[in-house]
Amino acid sequence: MSTDTPTIVLVGHGMVGQRFLQALAERGLTATHRVVVLCEEPRPAYDRVQLTSYFSGRTPGDLSLTDPAFIEAHGIELRVGDPALAVDRAAREVTARSGLVVRYDVLVLATGSYPFVPPVPNKDAEGCFVYRTIEDLLAIEEYAKNSTTGAVVGGGLLGLEAAGALQGLGLTSHIVEFAPRLMPVQVDEGGGAALLRTIEDMGLSVHTGVGTQEIVVGEDGAVTGMRLSDGSELATDLVVFSAGVRPRDQLARDCGLDVGERGGITVDEQCRTVTDPRVFAIGECALAADGRVYGLVAPGYEQAETVAATLAGDGSAFTGADLSTKLKLLGVDVASFGDAHGTTGDCLDVVYSDSRAGLYKKLVVGRDGTLLGGVLVGDAEAYGTLKAFTGSVPPVPPESLVLPAGAGASVRLGPSALPDDAIICSCNNVRKGTVREAVTVHRCTTVPEVKKCTKAGTTCGSCVKVLGRLVEAELEASGVEVDKGLCGCFSQSREELYEIVLALRVTSFRDLLDRHGREGARGGDGCEVCKPAVGSIIASLAPTIGASTHVLDGEQAALQDTNDHFLANLQKNGSYSVVPRIPGGEITPEKLIVIGEIARDFGLYTKITGGQRIDMFGARVEQLPLIWTRLVDAGFESGHAYGKSLRTVKSCVGQTWCRYGVQDSVRMAIDLELRYRGLRSPHKLKSAVSGCQRECAEARSKDFGVIATASGWNLYVGGNGGATPRHADLLAQDLSDAGLVRLIDRFLMFYIRTADRLERTSVWLDRIPGGLDHVRDVVVHDSLGICDELENLMAAHVAHYRDEWAETISDPGKLARFVSFVNAPDTPDPVVAFVPERDQMKPDLPLLAIGLRPADDVLEGTATR
Amino acid sequence: MTPTLETTDRTLETTGLKVRLRLADDWFTVCDLSALLPGRGVAALLPDGRQAAVFADRSGRLFAVDNRDPFTGAAVLSRGLTGTHRGRPFVASPLLKQRFDLESGRCLDDETVRVTAYEAVAVPL
Ligand code: SRM
Ligand SMILES: Cc1cc2nc3c(=O)[nH]c(=O)nc-3n(C[C@H](O)[C@H](O)[C@H](O)COP(=O)(O)OP(=O)(O)OC[C@H]3O[C@@H](n4cnc5c(N)ncnc54)[C@H](O)[C@@H]3O)c2cc1C
Ligand code: SF4
Ligand code: FES
Repeated sequence: MSTDTPTIVLVGHGMVGQRFLQALAERGLTATHRVVVLCEEPRPAYDRVQLTSYFSGRTPGDLSLTDPAFIEAHGIELRVGDPALAVDRAAREVTARSGLVVRYDVLVLATGSYPFVPPVPNKDAEGCFVYRTIEDLLAIEEYAKNSTTGAVVGGGLLGLEAAGALQGLGLTSHIVEFAPRLMPVQVDEGGGAALLRTIEDMGLSVHTGVGTQEIVVGEDGAVTGMRLSDGSELATDLVVFSAGVRPRDQLARDCGLDVGERGGITVDEQCRTVTDPRVFAIGECALAADGRVYGLVAPGYEQAETVAATLAGDGSAFTGADLSTKLKLLGVDVASFGDAHGTTGDCLDVVYSDSRAGLYKKLVVGRDGTLLGGVLVGDAEAYGTLKAFTGSVPPVPPESLVLPAGAGASVRLGPSALPDDAIICSCNNVRKGTVREAVTVHRCTTVPEVKKCTKAGTTCGSCVKVLGRLVEAELEASGVEVDKGLCGCFSQSREELYEIVLALRVTSFRDLLDRHGREGARGGDGCEVCKPAVGSIIASLAPTIGASTHVLDGEQAALQDTNDHFLANLQKNGSYSVVPRIPGGEITPEKLIVIGEIARDFGLYTKITGGQRIDMFGARVEQLPLIWTRLVDAGFESGHAYGKSLRTVKSCVGQTWCRYGVQDSVRMAIDLELRYRGLRSPHKLKSAVSGCQRECAEARSKDFGVIATASGWNLYVGGNGGATPRHADLLAQDLSDAGLVRLIDRFLMFYIRTADRLERTSVWLDRIPGGLDHVRDVVVHDSLGICDELENLMAAHVAHYRDEWAETISDPGKLARFVSFVNAPDTPDPVVAFVPERDQMKPDLPLLAIGLRPADDVLEGTATR
Repeated sequence: MTPTLETTDRTLETTGLKVRLRLADDWFTVCDLSALLPGRGVAALLPDGRQAAVFADRSGRLFAVDNRDPFTGAAVLSRGLTGTHRGRPFVASPLLKQRFDLESGRCLDDETVRVTAYEAVAVPL
């Protein structure tokens, strides 16, 4: 680019800075300007709002907001790790730490905030941290490894997040808040009280109404405790200051720009500094024209758009923004929106409060019925809708909006009742009309498409639920049929079919198809989607509905996927693999020897699996019964590696041997594996049990994972490895053995009942309305009154379990299918052949016609359509 | 090893009906009809060494196609799940799930691919 191209220099590549770059690009300004970005942090912009999710497994890479291709395509000169040190406004030059001097035509300051650390003695001691950047989190994580207790100074939004993170790191956590309640800015007294109870129930200690007077240090200078204003001392190894933020305006002060009394670079409605027309300030470092410094990302985004529009010559102004927030702390919803404190004259409060359930909901309503704002604690389901109604008179009485479902007058206001100019996504300022247009004009048909098209839902994610309902409603309204049916044969979802099978005790696929299938499908043969799905439902419910409990009995045999049909896993050349169950991964030397002998005698390839057991590959179909006869004799049973059913319950060695272990994880893993073996489910189920917080069994990557605590077991659910990993969420803590088993019984049966086909618990948990909270309500608090039934279903499964392979080898009718050729039962399939590799063998693949090899990304159970 | 081609007495109960396939110039007897479970297939070895996947649907109609899955080369189509798509019978390969029309042998998911289809009947013998 030639040197006379006008230059825009951006100082600070945080969330708002990045949005500003996008806004420049969208308006074509990156083509007409040289854009230089000075970024202080060692990495380009990332999602600070989701910072805490680092502790639940998101990597710094996942958090990134910066696509290198975007930076490159727009010719942006992004200087990572090179902060601005000085600005010379007369010469219009910025000097960076590297020595680089850039001359600007426009300078945009987006330097954000710094965490405020109260001036208490020893505030800089070793073990004191703040909570703002990825580097802060890495440092806290490292230090926590050698700590047992942590304290957070400040009980606001960020303080609670930090305390939750410390608890997640295995520390006993304290919160010290000067104000008389938690989150004093966002919630009122009643909300604070509900929040307090819930947070304390989760094992965090809260100290409100006390200030921090001094950080106490040991001889080595590291933190040992805190002295509080009430004279008490709190022992702690680590302190995180989260006492608010202050605008980073030093650079501006140094070059003579006007700043507010309490900080913040003073700007006008175009976000132009009042001192210098060539300099702008946006985001948390700016003191906006309405006299406020905004500490939320949405107003910052709006400011970024305003400056880009101003530079492009479009009229735009930032006159103020809404301070609504919703967050989820340790699974508790907290939201406040609009005039939450009722400061508008002559307004009324509508309050619903249930301290036992930790619920508090307040709406602030004007005399004329206008919804002015509100606070929601414990259940913020209605947040998206209520926020959008703020400033208007909702079409139903406000009290019906805060009553919990089932409490008589409760009304769920669908998003369709919202006016077109209601803001659906406040982070990105997207109105309902824009979302509707995405569907009607831009032809988006899914939520991800709408997110991409409108940016709605791409920041804090709290509006995604409302977005989903809106998209569905809009599609339906525009005549696109949203078919939720299982397949071309059934218009019902899997969940609905489950209810039909259970309620009407349907034991045959044909009956179900002929009575409940779609018009044209009745009397037909079904398809490869519904047959195994219904086969699985019937198998899960078999003892309760009176169907045969063997998956190869009668008509059921015709429904099973090919793996279940041969009780083994089909391999690429038509041979099978054999996986005996090794509960908890514990095995005697004798049994190991048997496996070795069998593999040797049948010439099988052996491998230790990722599931703590042994897989033998390369068996021909006619060898399967012979192999299993020997395995069953030696005391093995089916490992169901082929089924959509329980796979393995991995264990760590636990208390018995490990110096850290606090419970017998191996015994628990074996108990769980034996309890749930053979349970057919919508997708495979995996589990693990770790003997302590170090988590060597990787329980949090499992559908249900168990981690030992000093007083019992913590149960985590919804974990997943695979292509889209997800860390499991804590469902309940410190359970007894019996309590743990009871809860898993209920959880699994509720999942089996309501999940879609081939939907792992992770996807299910994220999909079902209400998510984890709803599942907890149902299985822990029995909110639907179905826990007895769920437990009975599981008891029936456990009582009727029999080993599929032991039954098969003693049944000639079932054995007849284990031949390569119906007309030549003694002839092996000549296509199945092997060649040697690394002292064992591998499939010798038949030659393929070139170009026919299908895509690699086909997952098990996925039709290529 | 030379394959034995006679029907064996493994399937004990018969209805007296045999399943036959029409090969190039002759009918070839495969097995008793009772060896076929509606909705599930069996593989048969043909005199020239090729293989056929033979199916019965719930109304008793018989179908046969080449057993070799053209996408992977493995002889496994007889082990796939069958179904009805727009009124026509199909089998889905158990390996990568492509569907094949049982009457024409055409692949429903890739029009450039088809497998041989055989005429199949049940006759008293
Ligand atoms: C054998 C094994 C690999 C190994 O050599 O270690 C294996 C092999 C297969 N995996 Fe796996 N997985 C094996 C452990 C895992 C693990 C690790 C674990 O369980 O701790 C994972 C990640 C954890 C998880 O599932 O969340 C894993 C995630 C998958 C996935 C992705 C699932 C997902 O939700 O994203 C698939 C595809 C699917 O299920 O759709 C898959 C599918 C398969 C299939 C069934 C693919 C197929 O259709 O052929 C493979 C069949 C093996 C066979 O024929 O015996 N396998 N697979 C492991 C058997 C464990 C066992 O003892 O049962
Ligand atoms: C844990 C956490 C949770 C949060 N949760 C929410 C939430 O739920 N909702 C919400 O709305 N907001 C939330 N926030 C606030 C939100 O992150 C900020 O409002 C937003 O990041 C502000 O963007 P910004 O670009 O103004 O500042 P930042 O994102 O802080 O970016 C400023 C950048 O400028 C850099 N910088 C400073 N000085 C210089 C210099 N001289 N040279 C070069 N670079 C410099 C800084 O290093 C920084 O990278 C949260 C914040 C945190 C820390
Ligand atoms: S999880 Fe804990 S008890 Fe189990 S092996 Fe690891 S350190 Fe030991
Ligand atoms: S409200 Fe935050 S992403 Fe929409």
